[in-house]
Amino acid sequence: MSKQQAQPQGKKKLQTFKVLGRLLGYLFHYYRWRMISVFVCIAITAVAGISSTFFMGQVLERVITPLVGNPAQGVAPVPWEAVSGDLTVIIVTMAAVYLLALAASVYHNQTMAIVTQGFLKHVRNDMFDHMQDLPIRFFDTHTHGDIMSVYTNDTDALRQLISMSIPQVFYSIIAAGALLVYMFMYSLWLLLVVIAGVLLMAFVAKFVGGRSARQFVRQQAVTGKAEGFIEEMMGGQKVIKVFCHEEESKKGFDKINDELCDASDRANTYGNILMPAVMNIGHFVFVITAIVAGILVNLEVHNLSITGWSAGIISTTVIAMFLNMSRQFSLNIGQVSMQINSIVMGLAGAERIFKLLDEKPEDDNGYVKLVNAKIDENGNITETEERTGKWAWRHPHQADGTVTYTELKGDIRLVDVDFGYVPEKIVLHDVSIYAKPGQKIAFVGSTGAGKTTITNLLNRFYDIADGKIRYDGININKIKKSDLRRSMGIVLQDTNLFTGTIMENIRYGRLDATDEECIAAAKLANAHDFITRLPEGYNTVLRHEASNLSQGQRQLLSIARAAVADPPVMILDEATSSIDTRTEALVQKGMDALMKGRTVFVIAHRLSTIQNSDAIMVLDHGRIIERGNHEQLIAQKGVYYQLYTGAFELE
Amino acid sequence: MVKTLSKSIREYKTPSVLSPVFVSLEVVLECLMPLVIMAFLEEIQKQQSSISMATIGYYGGILIGMALLSLAFGMLSGRFAAKASAGFAKNLRKDMYYAIQDYSFANIDKFSTSSLVTRLTTDVTNVQMAFMMIIRVAIRCPLMLIFSLVMAFTVNVTISFVFLALIPVLAAGLVIIILKTHPIFDRVFKKYDNMNRSVREDIKGIRVVKAFVREGHEEKKFEKASDEVCKDFTLGERIMAVNQPAMQFCIWLSFLLIFLLGALLTRNNIEDPVQQADITVLIMYASQILSAIMQLSMVLVLIIIARTSGERIVQVLSEKSNILSPENAVKEVKDGDIVFENVNFKYAANAERFALSGVNLHIRAGETIGILGGTGASKSTLVNLIPRLYDVTEGAVYVGGVNVKDYDLEALRNKVAMVLQKNVLFSGTIKENLRWGKKDATDEEIERVCRLACADDFIQGFPDKYDTYIEQGGTNVSGGQKQRLCIARALLKDPKVLILDDSTSAVDTKTDSMIRRSFRDEIPSVTKIIIAQRVSSVQDADRIIVMDGGKIDAIGTHEELLATNAIYQEVYYSQNKATEQSAAQAAATAENKVENQEEGGEANE
Repeated sequence: MSKQQAQPQGKKKLQTFKVLGRLLGYLFHYYRWRMISVFVCIAITAVAGISSTFFMGQVLERVITPLVGNPAQGVAPVPWEAVSGDLTVIIVTMAAVYLLALAASVYHNQTMAIVTQGFLKHVRNDMFDHMQDLPIRFFDTHTHGDIMSVYTNDTDALRQLISMSIPQVFYSIIAAGALLVYMFMYSLWLLLVVIAGVLLMAFVAKFVGGRSARQFVRQQAVTGKAEGFIEEMMGGQKVIKVFCHEEESKKGFDKINDELCDASDRANTYGNILMPAVMNIGHFVFVITAIVAGILVNLEVHNLSITGWSAGIISTTVIAMFLNMSRQFSLNIGQVSMQINSIVMGLAGAERIFKLLDEKPEDDNGYVKLVNAKIDENGNITETEERTGKWAWRHPHQADGTVTYTELKGDIRLVDVDFGYVPEKIVLHDVSIYAKPGQKIAFVGSTGAGKTTITNLLNRFYDIADGKIRYDGININKIKKSDLRRSMGIVLQDTNLFTGTIMENIRYGRLDATDEECIAAAKLANAHDFITRLPEGYNTVLRHEASNLSQGQRQLLSIARAAVADPPVMILDEATSSIDTRTEALVQKGMDALMKGRTVFVIAHRLSTIQNSDAIMVLDHGRIIERGNHEQLIAQKGVYYQLYTGAFELE
Repeated sequence: MVKTLSKSIREYKTPSVLSPVFVSLEVVLECLMPLVIMAFLEEIQKQQSSISMATIGYYGGILIGMALLSLAFGMLSGRFAAKASAGFAKNLRKDMYYAIQDYSFANIDKFSTSSLVTRLTTDVTNVQMAFMMIIRVAIRCPLMLIFSLVMAFTVNVTISFVFLALIPVLAAGLVIIILKTHPIFDRVFKKYDNMNRSVREDIKGIRVVKAFVREGHEEKKFEKASDEVCKDFTLGERIMAVNQPAMQFCIWLSFLLIFLLGALLTRNNIEDPVQQADITVLIMYASQILSAIMQLSMVLVLIIIARTSGERIVQVLSEKSNILSPENAVKEVKDGDIVFENVNFKYAANAERFALSGVNLHIRAGETIGILGGTGASKSTLVNLIPRLYDVTEGAVYVGGVNVKDYDLEALRNKVAMVLQKNVLFSGTIKENLRWGKKDATDEEIERVCRLACADDFIQGFPDKYDTYIEQGGTNVSGGQKQRLCIARALLKDPKVLILDDSTSAVDTKTDSMIRRSFRDEIPSVTKIIIAQRVSSVQDADRIIVMDGGKIDAIGTHEELLATNAIYQEVYYSQNKATEQSAAQAAATAENKVENQEEGGEANE
């Protein structure tokens, strides 16, 4: 996900604008009126902010200058009474404008805090909800770290963008625009100086800022690399100790650490230079404005403003105001330039978020549903609400609008199934399996032979390329995926328990199971014993991927979880691989009880676990090479026999 | 904390000092500039159009010179700050990493892997940012504040009292905001962790989620966590959002007061009026002072965040390994003779229970010892004491007749090779991984040990043979292959003692027995200690140790133990029950067949 394709510059730029547009659309979708009101309030604040210069001009022109007079030019001072009225008006107007702006500022700051967090929540929830609908293929083709980083880094970058950058940039644009108008009102000549300065600033900001953003992106990439290295080494720290490999490990680390230091040095240098560069160009503009103003006065150039040729030369009041405005102008440009990094990173994050949201969800055209059923003596099936322990497939027929019910028995047939994770590479060839209700079917074969792949097809984590799969005579493509999966329990080698109490973890199998049912399931899986020996019993909280339990105990819990679901079909994928042989003997009893009356598919490394299967399929490179029960296969003296006698190794 | 951390600045002291120096110079210039401008404006006002070009040139020259210098100083200080902080971060990471390399197993146990990773990455980044802010902004802002204030007073004393009154008000307001938000953000980070955990578990367990059709349940769980983050975060941000209006309030109030006071002062003292230029300059100082306070408060927030990170870093740096080579250490391990003398051991000094108690044991050089026992019987603990991965609590362990505490650690561990239960291959080629055992091993040596560990066969089967690249965590080789590579890696050390801690569990029985046979034939003088779950892995050992609850339950040969030891009998029968009937007759024929095949296989090599 983090890999970016090299794109031509122009296309990339267009893409960036598209992302920005989509992001704003998304934001407005949730918070239209609030965003509009925020923008209005920001505009009010911005205009009020720069109006201080205007007020300064008023005070200077209408109060202080007349009061002081100018003896050199023969202008006599006026008495206080002549200006006090004006002063009162100015001060009162000022106070009113500021109060209004203050209210607007409080409103937009508060609202943005709410909008930002609310929006991020919506984005996260949308992402998560969407992610739940994605096919397993998505999770197989993206590393967990990459998906996680969309939720952490990218959402965080988005927060910066929305809460800081967007309001700041909008504020600055309004403020700069208003300043331009103000300046134009006073002096065109000086405005030209300021505009030239601004162009220079924008150029520098783009140059330095662009570089800075690029370097920050690079810094992040190197950080990721360093994290990968550190993670691997910290994980293998004990091995490093045992092999006295500390010095080599240090050398390897120094190399990547230097690289990271270099990247960080560059990124921060650009980042640090940007502000002083822009601000000092501001100083230049400021100085040059002052000089040009001096020259204008010296040459007695008539002032040109929006009001046309003014009668006199430029006044010091105008100069003072201009100096102030040019300062504010550069401040605003400086503020925008400081946002460049977070804008670039925020948009990159938004792009990845959209990419996740655009992933195609698992499609499900199934219409056959699983229902609780009552079956009378005559075999008539009626649908019921309550749990009866019997299920039926509710099969509506589009042709004539009738509905038929088929009892769920757990009869599963695969006929000539071909499958490949990618179309070019078929990994299962002509696989046919007939599992009658209540039978135990085992798969044996080395890693990559296709055992787990077959189970992935049964619950439609993946769809077959060719052939057919029938479940109680129904094409599984017609069955609604959620109902199909609900009819199958699964116990995997990776137990994947969740943070929460043991009871909650068992109940994960069936959310409405009572405590008693959960405990019964735990007893069935032989987990009850160790659970009750824990200080908190069933209320023991599992943390950090249940690291407070042994791997074997975790497997027992995942068996209990499947048991409480009480599904008619079970898939056990290396379910007991991490249980030591002594415990396995105990679990085996529970497993046998669990398997009774169900159709079960078992994948196991230890052949002792599957000896009593009704049929054992020996797989090799995606083909079934031997099939039969234990005795038959032993008599065949083929691959299974060799495996059994230890002449072959499963890999 | 600061003292420990600042030790890592080292060669970056110069830029660390230069950055604040340049920043101070920049501040001085920035504060002087308005004064020059004021003088210039006054000239213009006084002389109006009679102002000479020379005067303009004079002031213009000074101002441009100042702006240029200020630009140069600003950029230099930014450059040095980046260099100093990046270098400081590098040294911090390096110091931590080096410290961790010296950790003993006990030290490693104390920190989890993921917490060490976070400390080396996120925490260092936080400290780096804070450091950069301290040497730049934290110096700049107070200076700016003081200079601007002083300058303001030189311009107009009365009006400057406005600032003096406003500064403490604003500062107090900002400090209150920070203090109020800090605990909220602390809480937010915890809730963030919660939420991320919910995502991580969902992604990791997506097969389970989908198989149980729990998508909706997961969504609800996530939304709840997401909601809590949102609630607290909003609260925190809303309090923080008071910052800007408060700041604006102070700025605008100060403007208002400056104008009002300016006018009033002029009225009261017409002889020495407040000049236009004075007001312009005071307004400039006002914004400088207030923005300095604002920036300062932002730095304060960064420092608060970094404080927690700093503490976590110091924990790593100040963790001292308790297992070090002694002075005048013994560098030579004579042979693989091992003695445990009244050994008691517990993992933590305050642990209630001994993990090992009353162990007395003598293993002769060249012996093959099997160790059997249930989970928690302290099998691994026992063997961990031999290469001194942990120190005994009481008693002593001798290897080659010398107390392990008297050995040079590297010498001891190079001669006591251990294949850990939780073993790891590193990303890199097979050859690179194997050379961990011996840096300069020749290809012949590597192939020899791989044959010993029955790994050569499958390695030759890979297209790139010994140059096959192993992915991180060794995900592209099977469990059994990984274990055999790890054994080969240990053998390459040419050890006097070889310890296999449940290292053949994923290897099939036949290969397992072949490995053991090659040990017997090829490295007879090496003491071999094999921990296993399978009885078949240990039953042909010279002696078998049965462990239970941290004690040695019995020692003897397979036959002796089968006759006398209850635990051994139980394990033996539980493993052989399943195969009892069918295997009994199959075994007789199979045994023959296996033998034949093995010989065939070896002839081929």
